Amino acid sequence: MSVPADLRYTPEHEWVSIDGSTASIGITEYAAQQLGDVVYISLPAAGASVTAGEPCGEVESVKSVSDLYSPVDGEVVEVNGELEDDPSLVNAEPYAAGWMFRVRVAQDGNGELALPADLLSAAEYEELTKSAG
Amino acid sequence: MTSFSGWQMPLRYASETAEHLAVRRAAGLFDLSHMGEIAVAGPGAGAALDYALVGNLSALRPGRARYTMICAEDGGVLDDLVVYRLDEDEFLVIANAANTDVVFSSVRDRASGHDARVTDATGDYALVAIQGPEAAGILAPLAGGLDLDAIRYYAGAFGEVAGRRAWVARTGYTGEDGFEVFCRPEDAVPIWDALASGGAGADSGAGLVPAGLAARDTLRLEAGMPLYGNELGRDVTPFEAGLGRVVKFDKPGEFVGREALAARAASGPVLRLAGLTVQSRRIARHGYPVLADGKTCGTVTSGAPSPTLGVPIAMAYLEPGADGDDRVLAVGIRGAEVPVQLTDLPFYRRRH
Repeated sequence: MSVPADLRYTPEHEWVSIDGSTASIGITEYAAQQLGDVVYISLPAAGASVTAGEPCGEVESVKSVSDLYSPVDGEVVEVNGELEDDPSLVNAEPYAAGWMFRVRVAQDGNGELALPADLLSAAEYEELTKSAG
Repeated sequence: MTSFSGWQMPLRYASETAEHLAVRRAAGLFDLSHMGEIAVAGPGAGAALDYALVGNLSALRPGRARYTMICAEDGGVLDDLVVYRLDEDEFLVIANAANTDVVFSSVRDRASGHDARVTDATGDYALVAIQGPEAAGILAPLAGGLDLDAIRYYAGAFGEVAGRRAWVARTGYTGEDGFEVFCRPEDAVPIWDALASGGAGADSGAGLVPAGLAARDTLRLEAGMPLYGNELGRDVTPFEAGLGRVVKFDKPGEFVGREALAARAASGPVLRLAGLTVQSRRIARHGYPVLADGKTCGTVTSGAPSPTLGVPIAMAYLEPGADGDDRVLAVGIRGAEVPVQLTDLPFYRRRH
């Protein structure tokens, strides 16, 4: 199972890729495998503001419905429209074509990206999935 | 893996959608050893089952199978069953794993006074099912002393599979042709391995794949088959589920539930089991409300994406009149009203 080293993670199994002030977000391969075949994804609208740790969408698989959490605070600038026609991209390429949405990350008083302190490294996330069995 | 009625079972081996389609196009292999087996043997076995169940089992010929139910006095369904008549004086009752204890104790109690022994033989059997259009072709070269062509739908015979003694029945829960192989637990792995390697090259395309509980559920749903706990339960009679035909009022002797079931047959079902096609990718799941003109008129019992039809499907219990001419039906999916269309059951019927 793949956990790319250059990404950050949440305990709710989202991954975050930071490029400048933009965060790209999806769910991990571990999450996709646990869910099974994804059949429907409800994403926040472009322009919506999202809050770290709060649900902002749903991922529906054959057997379950799960909340999708935003890992960061900010404004949604883009969503992956491909997933509407082909939600199975999340299973096939969770870290590439299966990305879900992009957020312009909020900045703190010093103009620095206000990233939550509890985002996990790849090693920390891998540890978490192992202890979850 | 998932916990299922005290058994550890695979929900899926890889992709449940791929497993489902393999069963429709080639074949799938299922480990169903969780199912309950209750043996009823003796000269009075047929009469005991006639009294205990709603079907006419004494009329079943040896080597044949029957889909039937066991009901409470009030007509509520305790379980749906497949019964095999292995021999003149020997029946095998197949119960859902979660209901095995209830079925066993009910049949045992109801058999008292008949010349029949009732034993819970669940631990004596493993069950491997091979289902799909290629099932017979894969099983045939491994089946010793068995002419599969002579085993008709809902029939079975003793023989050998991969050199191990087994009861091989042409039954299943997928809507496809296929076989269920009942064997000793220690023979299950060699039988599984032989079928798996024998089927690997089947059908030039997909071939045989192992299939888990998730595919089993979508396959039976497309085939319009009820699942106990969803479409069937203590709170409904067979008539609500559209399966009143399993109740044989004209069989010899009394049976448990006759009075209540006769009353329900006369008055008509309280609810009607209907098929729904969802006009969205979202799934109408167990327990979601069915709405007619915004008002609740029923409840979804099972829902899943249909890999064969490409849209989500569901079964639901509807109140009388819910499906009147000009009413627009919807399902409440977590706050949203998603339109649905009434669809005849089954959603899928095999062509071969």
